[in-house]
Amino acid sequence: MNRQEFQVEITLMNKPAARDPVGETIQKDLLAKKGYDMVFNVRSGQFLSINLKATDENEAKKIVEKMCNDLRIFNPVTQNLTILKVSKS
Amino acid sequence: MTVKLAVIQFAGSNCDLDTIHVLNNVVDGIEADLVWHNLFKESKYDGVILPGGFAFGDYLRAGIIAAHSPAIDEARVMLDDGRPVIGFCNGFQILTEAQFLPGALLRNDSLKFICKWVNLKVENNTTALSNKMNIRDVLAIPIAHAEGRYYTDNLKELEENNQIVFRYSTENGELTKEANPNGSLENIAGVCNLEQNCVGFMPHPERASEAILSPKRTTHGILFFNSIVEFIKRRIS
Repeated sequence: MNRQEFQVEITLMNKPAARDPVGETIQKDLLAKKGYDMVFNVRSGQFLSINLKATDENEAKKIVEKMCNDLRIFNPVTQNLTILKVSKS
Repeated sequence: MTVKLAVIQFAGSNCDLDTIHVLNNVVDGIEADLVWHNLFKESKYDGVILPGGFAFGDYLRAGIIAAHSPAIDEARVMLDDGRPVIGFCNGFQILTEAQFLPGALLRNDSLKFICKWVNLKVENNTTALSNKMNIRDVLAIPIAHAEGRYYTDNLKELEENNQIVFRYSTENGELTKEANPNGSLENIAGVCNLEQNCVGFMPHPERASEAILSPKRTTHGILFFNSIVEFIKRRIS
């Protein structure tokens, strides 16, 4: 089967129990002070867009999951990994 | 007897030369080599130090790229046979990312890079980095980091196993919130593995070993290096 190019987008976020001072600062020191007091929580994280060759979307997703786990692209002590989107690139 | 230590130099290490200077010119009984991370061979050394800095630019997360370096595979051999594997600052971050040590170092809760002298309370004085100290000693030492907020989801186990080696404290040894510079869980500044030959902490003993560098003329940093020497001597004898 021909290998095609895919794009996998992931986020790495601190677990809820690990404080995220970046998100807290955006919410408290910017949004709340500028009138956006309806916003009560902001969490920051890292975003990675990964382009790779795979036979299908499922395999592309599996490769990314495996490499993230094997190489600790996210730190399981403090972070959660979320695969946002898998698409043909 | 002279013990032989390696200080690993990663792309982005910046406390490597300071550490080498203190090991070779300030502390007695150590001969230290500066070793590029791809060239490190564990068989030549009694112990290894991962120095402070910004290995691989702290890309992705502080320490994670270095944790996959060949030097860490070599250091793992030393870890397993009981030789000292020590990390200061960025070295501590590398040791947690390599899973030699439990927990992780997160962004300081102030979001600021903090560079200042702090007080460190000794909680365990049997490790490779603390055996020349007394329990409850309070030591003056500088920190310089942006990602030093220690976090673990397994605090109870660390406490039960006596793996918390140092905590940030006041000058009198009180563990207050004000004495905690970065928001670390339970004021934790440094931890060890179960065997106590691997120890990492955020401060910089290489910057606290000469009176001329210290605001109060203290040289507490030497105690950390003397502890490494003592640990090696006890291990060999």
